[in-house]
Amino acid sequence: MSTSIKLFTFAAPSTFYKLSGYLIPWLYCLSIAVGLTALYVGFFIAPTDATQGEAYRIIFVHVPAAWMSMVLYLVMAMWAAIGWAFNARLAYMVARAIAPTGAIFTFLALWTGAFWGKPTWGTWWVWDARLTSELILLFLYLGYMALVESIDDVRRSDKAGALLALIGVVNVPIIYFSVRWWSTLHQGATISMTAAPKMASTMLTAMLLMTIAFWAYAFAVVFMRTRAIILEREKNMGWVQFLSQQNKRKKQ
Amino acid sequence: MMSHNIMTLLIRRDLRLASRRRTDAFLPVVFFVVATSLFPLGIGPETNTLRQIAPGIMWVCALLSAMLSLNTLYASDHADGSLEQLMLSTHSLFLIAASKALTHWLITGLPLILISPVLGILFDMHLQAVATLTLGLLLGTPILSLLGGLGAALTLGVRNGGVLILLLILPLCIPVLIFGAGAVSAVDAGLSPRAHLSLIGAFLLLTSLGAPLATASALRIAEA
Amino acid sequence: MLALDMTFNPAPTTLLQASELALQRGDAWLFKNLSFHVSSGQILWLRGQNGRGKTSLLRVLVGLAQPERGTLAWSNSNLANESSSKAVYIGHANGLKDELTVLESLQFLARVHGHTLTQTVALAALRHLHIDHCCNRLVRTLSQGQQRRVALARLALETTPNLWVLDEPFDTLDAEGVRIVNHLLSEHLARQGSVVLTSHIPLELMNTKVQQLNLDEVNR
Repeated sequence: MSTSIKLFTFAAPSTFYKLSGYLIPWLYCLSIAVGLTALYVGFFIAPTDATQGEAYRIIFVHVPAAWMSMVLYLVMAMWAAIGWAFNARLAYMVARAIAPTGAIFTFLALWTGAFWGKPTWGTWWVWDARLTSELILLFLYLGYMALVESIDDVRRSDKAGALLALIGVVNVPIIYFSVRWWSTLHQGATISMTAAPKMASTMLTAMLLMTIAFWAYAFAVVFMRTRAIILEREKNMGWVQFLSQQNKRKKQ
Repeated sequence: MMSHNIMTLLIRRDLRLASRRRTDAFLPVVFFVVATSLFPLGIGPETNTLRQIAPGIMWVCALLSAMLSLNTLYASDHADGSLEQLMLSTHSLFLIAASKALTHWLITGLPLILISPVLGILFDMHLQAVATLTLGLLLGTPILSLLGGLGAALTLGVRNGGVLILLLILPLCIPVLIFGAGAVSAVDAGLSPRAHLSLIGAFLLLTSLGAPLATASALRIAEA
Repeated sequence: MLALDMTFNPAPTTLLQASELALQRGDAWLFKNLSFHVSSGQILWLRGQNGRGKTSLLRVLVGLAQPERGTLAWSNSNLANESSSKAVYIGHANGLKDELTVLESLQFLARVHGHTLTQTVALAALRHLHIDHCCNRLVRTLSQGQQRRVALARLALETTPNLWVLDEPFDTLDAEGVRIVNHLLSEHLARQGSVVLTSHIPLELMNTKVQQLNLDEVNR
């Protein structure tokens, strides 16, 4: 972990730019390959669920997406905190780059939650604890993105975003606890998302494979976004201008 | 009158300023009344329904009303240079943030608390329910002011700061909303609201320690 | 590296030492390796074109902004007690509330900065700036120049040889106001206080050599 902090924190953006440039195509390939495998296992190999039939299979996307949305928030907050503590530009940029991906996974979790809900108990949305918490997590992501976009001064927006992300991290357990309490009070004994079907090992395999695919995708996309942010912020540096001149020559 | 206590100095100054702009101070309360009254018009006058949804409506409207006056909390001090001077003094920024939140509560939260029993009548709430609602608001509105101050400091000088504060802070207020409205529902069901109110009290304690700290941080970031 | 040390006083003590300051604004660097010190009895006139970072440097000196690199070292010998700040800062903005009276504003500012002052003392300070006749008027009813005088009245309350950091103090003042402020500066320097300021109006101080630091000449 400490080497990776060193790598990210003190690495020059130019080094990161080069390194990530090599990795991105491989990450995409990994993501597609593993993702297709996961879907195959989930949709064709895993057994039919006793209570929920075929419709349950959406959890192979829903659960990994929900995991990703939560973990990415923590990772985003961690990089923002590292950026703040060590005044490390690259760490801030990575945090900025993670936010939209985290939001997309949250949205995916909500969307697939709806597709699960409709055949299972007839409604597109149900206010159970997990879905509601995912919705609030989406608000937290949107809030972070809105804040950093509204502040023009880069340094200030980085720091304010870091503070907000940390406040979010502290509040997420409190919010989750409150929502869970609220859900049990009002819903009583209705079926909830948290009561997942008993896991056959193939089901677990499919979910883990999907998670790996999502991670590879997340890395690829975050790397791409970070590279774009690097180019934007470091545009006055020699290596960026050299790159852009190279590009112009290639086009001619 | 030679008090060195920054909280006394600052609260007195802000109350004096608010008294010279009295209409501004009334807006949140007026909004509270208007917004709450819209719901029966939208939902229908059925008394039982209204009584059931009343705590939720009152709490949500209280939340929104409390947030209304937030973007001016630090904005004018920032614009005329008073905030700079406060930050340059030797006084702790934590206490300054706490004073600001306290003033906000005195000007916005307290009137909401005082008028809520009257609105309870509009919804035909029972006496116990009204009492629980008021007590919950008494404990919860300071939390809103503290969190609101944090939001105001984070968005200082930003365009559309008012709406942005809502987006940032409302999710953080959800626990207070859940337990505040939950307390009244418990009372309606014949149960004790003590657990809910204690939880809000615990949140208040946590927030009064954490929010001014984060607000001080946000102010330093904003003024740099 | 710019080091200025040309005071006439026999034993000046360094009040503030700035070393290798580097500051950015957005993507551009304002300065990268700025060092200087301010001694007791010394006045440092910060010069430079618009946008060179004069205001930003002043804010760094008082601690409102952090430099990207570099350090500021304060000597503690002149600080009387903990309740007074290291420096008196009067920026572009006056720090006055529109809806308070002149007297209330000055009293608030003074008390926040640790002065225990009676109404008499406050009025005396306002009188020094020839603005005491407005003492019960709301700040927003005053002209820009009058508001500036109220903001500067804080200087008339100072008696310790601390550091004054002033950003365009003469801004919006008329000739009389400029004269009064120059006099305040001279008195402060005479009791071994220090001043760092920006001004587009030349200073007229008696018996004082004015140090200059021109940010146009600092390499970026």
